[in-house]
Formats: sequence, C-alpha cells, structure tokens
Amino acid sequence: MGDGHRPRHRGRGDGGRNGPPASSERILVLPGEEVPGRGLRPGPGTYRVNGRIYASVLGLLTHKPPVVRVIPLSGRYIPKAHDTVVGTVTDVQGTFWLLDIGAPRWAPLHMTGTPWKIDFGETAQYLRVGDSVVVGVEAIENTGRIGVTMIGDGLGKLEGGTSVTISPAKIPRVIGRGGSMIQTITRHTGARIVVGQNGRIWIDGAPDQLVRVRAVLSLIEEEGHRSGLTERVEALLRSGDAPSGAGTGRSDDADPDLGPNPPFDREPHGPGEPGPGDGDDDDEPGANAPGA
Amino acid sequence: MGSVGAKDVPVLMSPEGRRIDGRKVDELRSLRITAGALRQADGSAFVEWGANKVMAAVYGPREVHPRHLQENNKAIVQCRYNMAAFSVDERKRPGLDRRSQEISKVIAEAFESVIFVEEYPRTSIDVYIEVLQANAGTRCAGLVAASVALADAGIPMVDLLPAVAVGKVAGHVVLDLKKEEDNYGEADLPMALVPQSGRLVLLQMEGHMNREELAKALDLGVLGCRKIYEEMKRALRERYGPTGASGPMEVAA
Repeated sequence: MGDGHRPRHRGRGDGGRNGPPASSERILVLPGEEVPGRGLRPGPGTYRVNGRIYASVLGLLTHKPPVVRVIPLSGRYIPKAHDTVVGTVTDVQGTFWLLDIGAPRWAPLHMTGTPWKIDFGETAQYLRVGDSVVVGVEAIENTGRIGVTMIGDGLGKLEGGTSVTISPAKIPRVIGRGGSMIQTITRHTGARIVVGQNGRIWIDGAPDQLVRVRAVLSLIEEEGHRSGLTERVEALLRSGDAPSGAGTGRSDDADPDLGPNPPFDREPHGPGEPGPGDGDDDDEPGANAPGA
Repeated sequence: MGSVGAKDVPVLMSPEGRRIDGRKVDELRSLRITAGALRQADGSAFVEWGANKVMAAVYGPREVHPRHLQENNKAIVQCRYNMAAFSVDERKRPGLDRRSQEISKVIAEAFESVIFVEEYPRTSIDVYIEVLQANAGTRCAGLVAASVALADAGIPMVDLLPAVAVGKVAGHVVLDLKKEEDNYGEADLPMALVPQSGRLVLLQMEGHMNREELAKALDLGVLGCRKIYEEMKRALRERYGPTGASGPMEVAA
C-alpha cells in the first residue's frame, strides 16, 4: 500500500491561535468528512480528491471564501515565528542544547543564542537536562528546524517552580484580551506565572498559591469555550479556597494530582463552541454551536 | 449459548441461521468507543467490542528514537500491538511474539496509507495498542482504537479506519467472528476500509474460501465497516462536540 494513494495535503495551519475565524460558520468535522459546496479552494486541514474537498483533521470547519479550512481542536503545538515558549532541556551538546517545546521536533538552542559567554564544552555548566527555559521562536526553516533564542526581554532560565501543560488552543484565553486574564490571576494569587504559546505554563509561588493557579488553569482548559469565563474565574479566585473540583492541567511533575481529584460527573455543558477563543466574553452561546 | 456437539466442537450455527451467541450472519457484536480516555497521551481511545477490551495511545509526531530510523521527507509510523498476560484464558507470556510483531507491522502499514506523513518530516508517530481482554478480532479492535486515537491526537489523515473480521463458520460467511467462531470456523478474514475511497488498507486471511465466498465476505465486511465507522465518529463527536469536555478526560469508573 504505497504513498501513491494519498492526495496532496494542505498542511495543518497554525492551530487557530489567531483567534476565532472570521465567518460565523463553525461546524465540527472529522477526518474524511466531505466539505459541501462548490467553487471552494482547499486550505489547511483539508485535501481535495476528484474535485471534492474533505477534512483531514478533527476540528472546526471555517470558510473564508473561497478558501475552506479546518482549525484543529487537538494536536501538538506547531511553532510560529515570534512565539514565546516554555521548554525543557532534553539534550546537551558541545555548542548547543536541544529543547522539548511540545512541538513535533525538538528545538536546538545554540550557545550564541544566550546572554552568557560560553566556551565550547561548557554548555552543561549553564543548562542541564531537565532545566526549564523561556525562549523565543525566531524562524522555522525550510528543513523544519525550529530556531530559538534566549536573548530578549523576559527570556531566560526558569529556576524552581513547576510547569503545567494545557492545550495550546486555550492559551489565548489564559492571557485574555490585552493580558487581562493573566493579570487578574497573578494579582489575586501572587504567584509568578510565565505563559508559553506552546501550552506550557510555568508557575512559582507558595504551595497554596500554586493550588489556586492550577485550579484556574484547569477551569480555563475545561470551560474556556463557554461564555462568562471571566466571571467564573474571578469567582473562583475570590473564594480563596481550593475548590473541590480542582483537577490540574497536565502537570509535568511526577505526581500529576497535587490537588483533590476531579469529579467524574461533569456538569453538562450548555451550547457553545469548543475551540480557540481570544478571551472574548461576549460570545453568544448557542448561536454558533458546532452541528452534530 | 450453543450446546456442545460431537467431538466437543460447539454448535456454531443453528438451523434457523443463528450463531453461537444468537447473532445473525450479518450482525456485529456490541461496540462502544471512548475517545480521549488517557490524559497523558497525545491521543487515545478505549474500545469495548463484544468481550474485547482494547486501549490505544498515540504519541506524536515526535522525535525518532533511534535516530537512524528517521526519514528526511516524512514521518514514520511505529506501531506496537501487545496482549496483556491476563487478556486470555491461558496466561499469555509477556513480551512481543511473532504474532504481535506481524500485527504491529500490518497495522503500521495500514496507517501509513492514510496518514499525511509528509507533513512531519524526521518525526515518528507512535501507536501503542494494548489488548486487555481478548475475544477474537483483536487486531481489528486495535486498529479501530488506534484510528480514533490518531484523530484525537490531531494527526491529519485521509479518513478514519474502521476494521472488522469476517469469516466462514459452518459453511456460512459471517460478520465479526467471536472466539469460538474463530477457533472452530473455516476461515478468518480481518480487513480495514478507507470509507472515503472504498479502498482496503488491510486484508488478511487464514483458512479456506472459494471465490464466491470471498466476494461475499468482502461485501459483508465493507457493510460492517461502515457501521463501525459511525460509532467511531460518534465517540469523537462526544468528546469534541458542544457537550464534551474538549480537555483531557478521566475514564469514568
């Protein structure tokens, strides 16, 4: 069964991090489902066979006539230039380190891309396997190599603390419009938080502060697609206690459940769309619900 | 349950055309799929099919280990199908045996035909299939679970891959063999279908069939696959639709 059977693919796109699509048409599609309509051009997340267009990823179908595309609802982080990401060192070589940033490939960080003056072979003295760092994505080369740098404001090694991973599609909600959501969280909890576009969030603070931050992140990940998120987050922060539903995002520590176990029964979700949002709280629930 | 006939072989087909578990020749066993059952994996699915219980987890695309296996222009697909020691009546010795290796290979090749591997050069898409309870048709159940897990992981594909084992039992071509039918029947034919194109990406046979029976078996299998396809889609819509929690999910007790 060779490669000859596969039609040309249109790429996966950017994972929807530019916020909700322009059109109000947001239908959930699965791989292999045909996109109805004529005169359409296949965009990312789709492919064309015999003049018909099909979805290739599980996601939200969006139209920007004449292009039709699918924004994936899951999948690894796809790096983009100018993103700030939180990564972990997985390998140390003489002149560079390899970072796991949750993308399909590791990102090499060269020793000249750091604020330190490092001689050949001294790399291990600065960053070791397991260390967390904040880096900026510079460019994605044709070969697929992800260029990153640690030179810049807010970039550098992260000492102590812990990191939590959520779906990259929910990061815009964690940041909020103009940073409003993340500011609310840090103001109420007092924890230090570094948010990576790759879905990795580094947090540092007292244990009770961390518990509260995790609870909020968990709320955003699970309910970020519903309206009224800001109110619910503020209510959660004001209550001051660790709520009984404090499941975590995927913690990268050995023990993923530092808080109480999440309940099995989830409240039924009202109509609303799962998927990328930009912290916009006046979305109409129900009006644009993905079709069954 | 069928009664035991001569030579301790169970009665596999009643005069009315009912099988050992009461099914008709073209009936599937009960099937329930849960997408996103594992929070750690990039994608996952749990399949309960008849008495089969199979878990699949997908990691990737990710860096290839060992490095020399990577391909410059595409992702590789690595599959590990394994049966738990407690999955069968007679304890199965742990570890990969020839049968597991064969199944791993045919499943990996089936997915290579439908995944858009050129999207992710120099990476690996790793598919893990664990059979927790076995009752015939495990490679099909594993393929179905892995297919849902791949969609759950956001891997771009031509289509989902429904799969089913057709067979010949007491001279009749039947759909979805269970254990006794597989052990005492005359032929076993697992197959996997690409619904979008109607092509088969997996087809194997053990036993004997003539041309006519084979043609009938293929038709029956395709019909069965289309039904299975519906349950696969339902499971994914349940997780990602308006009422699902599109974040990581615990498997309910």
